[in-house]
Amino acid sequence: MNGTFLQNALIYLGAAILFVPIAKRLGMGSVLGYLLAGIAIGPFFLGLVGGKGEDILHFAEFGVVMMLFLIGLELEPSHFWRMRHLILGAGMVQTGITTLCFFALFTAVGFSWQAALAVGLALSMSSTAIVLQTLREKGLGRTEAGKTSFAVLLFQDISVIPILAALPLLALASPRAAADSQTTLLGGLPGWAQTIALLGAVGLVILSGRFVIVPFLRFIARMHLRELFTASALFIVMATAYLMELVGLSPALGSFLAGVVLANSEYRHELESDIEPFKGILLGLFFITVGASINFSLILNRPLAIIALVFGIIAVKSLVLLLTGKMTRLTFDQNLLFALGLAQVGEFAFVLLSFMNQLHLLSNDWTDTLMGATAISMTATPLLLLLNERLLLPRFGTPERVKKEADAIDLHHPVILAGFGPFGSTVGRFLRANGVEATILDNDSDRVDLLRKMGFKVFYGDATRIDILKAAGAEQAKILIAAIGSPEINRELVDKARQLFPHLEIMIRAENRFDAYEYMDSGTMDIYRETLDTSIRMGVDVLVKLGYRRYSASRAGQKYLKYDEAAMQKLAAHRHDQNAYIFNAREQIQIQEQLLTNDREANPSLNDHAWDGDPFAKPSEDRSS
Amino acid sequence: MNPILILFAHPLFEKSRVNRALLSGVDQLPGVTLHDLYEHYPDFNVDIGKEQTLIAAHQIIIWHHPLYMYGAPALLKQWIDLVLEFGWAHGRGGDSLKGKIAFNTLTAGGSREVYATPGHNRFTLREFLAPFEQTAALCRMMYLPPFAVHGTHLLTEAQLKHHAALYRALLERLSEGSFGPETMRRFPLLNDWLEHAPGEP
Repeated sequence: MNGTFLQNALIYLGAAILFVPIAKRLGMGSVLGYLLAGIAIGPFFLGLVGGKGEDILHFAEFGVVMMLFLIGLELEPSHFWRMRHLILGAGMVQTGITTLCFFALFTAVGFSWQAALAVGLALSMSSTAIVLQTLREKGLGRTEAGKTSFAVLLFQDISVIPILAALPLLALASPRAAADSQTTLLGGLPGWAQTIALLGAVGLVILSGRFVIVPFLRFIARMHLRELFTASALFIVMATAYLMELVGLSPALGSFLAGVVLANSEYRHELESDIEPFKGILLGLFFITVGASINFSLILNRPLAIIALVFGIIAVKSLVLLLTGKMTRLTFDQNLLFALGLAQVGEFAFVLLSFMNQLHLLSNDWTDTLMGATAISMTATPLLLLLNERLLLPRFGTPERVKKEADAIDLHHPVILAGFGPFGSTVGRFLRANGVEATILDNDSDRVDLLRKMGFKVFYGDATRIDILKAAGAEQAKILIAAIGSPEINRELVDKARQLFPHLEIMIRAENRFDAYEYMDSGTMDIYRETLDTSIRMGVDVLVKLGYRRYSASRAGQKYLKYDEAAMQKLAAHRHDQNAYIFNAREQIQIQEQLLTNDREANPSLNDHAWDGDPFAKPSEDRSS
Repeated sequence: MNPILILFAHPLFEKSRVNRALLSGVDQLPGVTLHDLYEHYPDFNVDIGKEQTLIAAHQIIIWHHPLYMYGAPALLKQWIDLVLEFGWAHGRGGDSLKGKIAFNTLTAGGSREVYATPGHNRFTLREFLAPFEQTAALCRMMYLPPFAVHGTHLLTEAQLKHHAALYRALLERLSEGSFGPETMRRFPLLNDWLEHAPGEP
């Protein structure tokens, strides 16, 4: 570990720590924060990281590798199967038409058909990293646009495999291609052999996932050493990446495949929680390096050309995406979100473009230019989405609020309900059934349209935005129900509301016990764990099915509920003794263990002698009570 | 001073004009604790320990409720069944309530006349309250006649005000200790004691 390594690490981490909170604060999202941090420390501005940026980019690509591993892990075959129409349909339309458009354009500029086709394929890719991160941060992952985005991205990510395999064939057919020295193992082989080798490597990953990795993980798990398991998880990801690199295939794709193969194994969740933190930080690093790699001198030399190129790419891509969205019947708002969200060129384009350059399909000059355009288009995405959210949608899409006739007095409801998902909707419907109208805040335009049709007063947009909260009457309301599905956004809402509208009583939906602890730390007590009451009700019914009298069982349930809430308060106070500010999986298990021990010691139903005429009597005594 | 605990049980308090009048401002009287059972235990899951602590801190217990089908609303019965435990309120070692005073305050739709042997309801109010009286006896408490507001549907505002004032006066006198249980017991209702022996202890 030498000085430059530490120095570089400090620069990258420091830039992230400085820029990301600012970007978040300004409502721009963390991705843009990372990108700006990269631009700032890049060679053009501060020059803190210079020519070695490429090494770092290489290292940071590991964030993308891990992200794809995790995406793969989440893709259970059954889930994949359910989405197959969307993935194939939307994916093919988008990738196909976009490629054709760029193919036509670049042939017109004088590219050979092989090069134009290859460039078209590369530019049709969108950035999974940016889109998924952004959607998750905005809590839009579950909307129709979110689902369609995911499907299209998945199709693109998978199609990179055959594209990479096919590129050598294109190069073979290309007049410019020459068998040159290459860095990969297969460099010297003819195109067809390379293709076969790539497919062979993919097969190897799939087979070893089935027959080597799972037994290996089983063996490691039996050691009961947590860190060994983490090490194994990292080993699997890196080994796959290395293998892929050896045969000249993208490491990210290899690990994606490995993830898919492991999605059905019993270790899926453990792998997920082990890789997640690494992914987060490396993905951030990746965004920074993308920012740092933007070649501003290139832009300054030919500003108009580059800007035209970027605009052209984004315009073509978003038009095709709009068409794709139309085809999958997205509503206007959702379609706009989908189209602008995916309008950038993605990280896989870096891989494809540099591979093309190696194959001499693409000149150095064009490779640089296109890579620059890719990075710029990625940086533009968060800005485009911001523009969409603040300017386009309010004007042309579902309005943030429905204007009433001028003479109608705009009454503010005493209750504001943020988040009308499965949880919030039940609360809202219950209140409405009892004559209490709540002002609803939601960011799913489809849902908002429906609710408005049903006569609800709905504000459309990001509930953490202060102007929307104010418009919804947060200053006059009595109660704010924070029921947003994403715990992060919900917490942000609670924090902001408490700060800006201290008179509001905030009632919070918490995802689970650990989520609830976070809220308790900030002093709120009206916390409703979505997993508590229902679970107990189910437990009560289990007792009933086992032959318990229904009343005794529900009494036991009531007592348990009280006991659990009390235990929660007690543990919350204890929590800081252990310096455990952030819950990871291990601490959660510790708490679970503590709970189970306490339960055994203090059975809340044990001392229930209600209706028991004489608690001192032996059970065998015949009593009439 | 005798601390008074009003155990109030009404499942639909918000719609009871009479009880709102009777109870308005009562919890501000010194030494009076108003304990709204349906507000505390909407799920009927009475906290036995908490209730026993509460009783221990008071000298006079009032079961305040409407008369439903000649008895108390279900939650008050639940409270009695759960809180007045064997070994605490009665039976072996159960003398926590010994020497305390208990009575019922109730509101009834029927007029005073129908609660009589020849009347429509065939029994007197006091007879309907026999389970309370015996419960008090079992727990070695002193049981007093009830305070009752009859014919609640027909009360005029003025009559209602009168009853409320009377109840307030009762609470004040009980709290101050200006009463003699023996005298009180000679009257069928505490209302009569208040009307006929205003100054007398």
